[in-house]
Amino acid sequence: MTEDGIRLTEEQKRRRRARNIAIGLAIGALVVLFYLVTIVKLGPGVVNRPL
Amino acid sequence: MSLADAQGQMIDDTAWSGGHGGVGDYFALLKPRVMSLVIFTALVGIVLAPGGIHPVLAATALLCIAIGAGASGALNMWYDADIDRVMSRTRNRPIPAGRVTGDEALAFGLTLSGFSVLVLGLLVNWFAAAFLAFTIFFYVVIYTMWLKRSTPQNIVIGGAAGAFPPVVGWAAVTGSVSLEPLVLFLIIFMWTPPHFWALALFKSGDYEAANVPMMPVVAGERSTRTQILAYSLVLAPIGVLPWIMGFAGLAYGLVSAALGVAFVIFAYRVWAMRKGDAARKAAVRLFSFSILYLFLLFAMLLGEHLLIALISGPAR
Repeated sequence: MTEDGIRLTEEQKRRRRARNIAIGLAIGALVVLFYLVTIVKLGPGVVNRPL
Repeated sequence: MSLADAQGQMIDDTAWSGGHGGVGDYFALLKPRVMSLVIFTALVGIVLAPGGIHPVLAATALLCIAIGAGASGALNMWYDADIDRVMSRTRNRPIPAGRVTGDEALAFGLTLSGFSVLVLGLLVNWFAAAFLAFTIFFYVVIYTMWLKRSTPQNIVIGGAAGAFPPVVGWAAVTGSVSLEPLVLFLIIFMWTPPHFWALALFKSGDYEAANVPMMPVVAGERSTRTQILAYSLVLAPIGVLPWIMGFAGLAYGLVSAALGVAFVIFAYRVWAMRKGDAARKAAVRLFSFSILYLFLLFAMLLGEHLLIALISGPAR
């Protein structure tokens, strides 16, 4: 992260932020999906494990 | 060689101007219109498959197939940026327009390909995941990188990639493949050549300029028209096969037969009208009708199946 690296314009920064939000939402959706499928596949068995 | 040069050129030109792509540009890389057809045909494969599947798993499978198809689209646009720049139809795509760099599209396509296959395998089943991986490979490597630029049979063989989604959908439910999804595959496979050659007839200038050996460019319009008619004559009876084989009802049988006759009539007009504006109009009409044909066939399969399920109560 040196000062003489690529400097982004305001427009590029704005679009990067929009892309980051989209990636964040996609990852969040993936978390929800894995949670849902875990419940669907295991059901009550999700708590049935050796301690 | 020229491609490598063109690719290198493109990367050099845009190396300092990356990061311009908005969310919409990346969405466009997924070829959303192609994706909608993939989602629809895969849904029919899922619904028709015996045994049923939990709705959450069905939605997951559909999502993965859609993302896999989108990833193939992004990788196709990455590789084809040089010819997309030449053709009027594709000039405004994100890479030729300079909004997304080739490297960005490649990374995007590879990431989504990996995730779609991995998630389908982990959450649904690995057979369907392997099939999805093969579909992506077939579209990107076999069709885009190899066949598209080397043979006028490009879309005939490459059409298999577009025909796989209902089979992947079926495999997501059953973990296997049987004759029924292969019939769905065959319908889309035989539909692809007349559909794309009708487009190529009125866009042949584009393909010629881009050096893509589409049938009208290589074999001439006369031969293309004859082949369109021949494929249509084969497609029409194949469209009725689901009823003959007993996995679709009489309503589907009647509608598919009528649509098949209409398809042959449109193809005959393309064959008979060879010059001027009438010839162009006939090709445009066949192209438009072919989209409607495929949509209605699969919509009938879906509607009929859901109606029967509704009347006879839930399967499980």
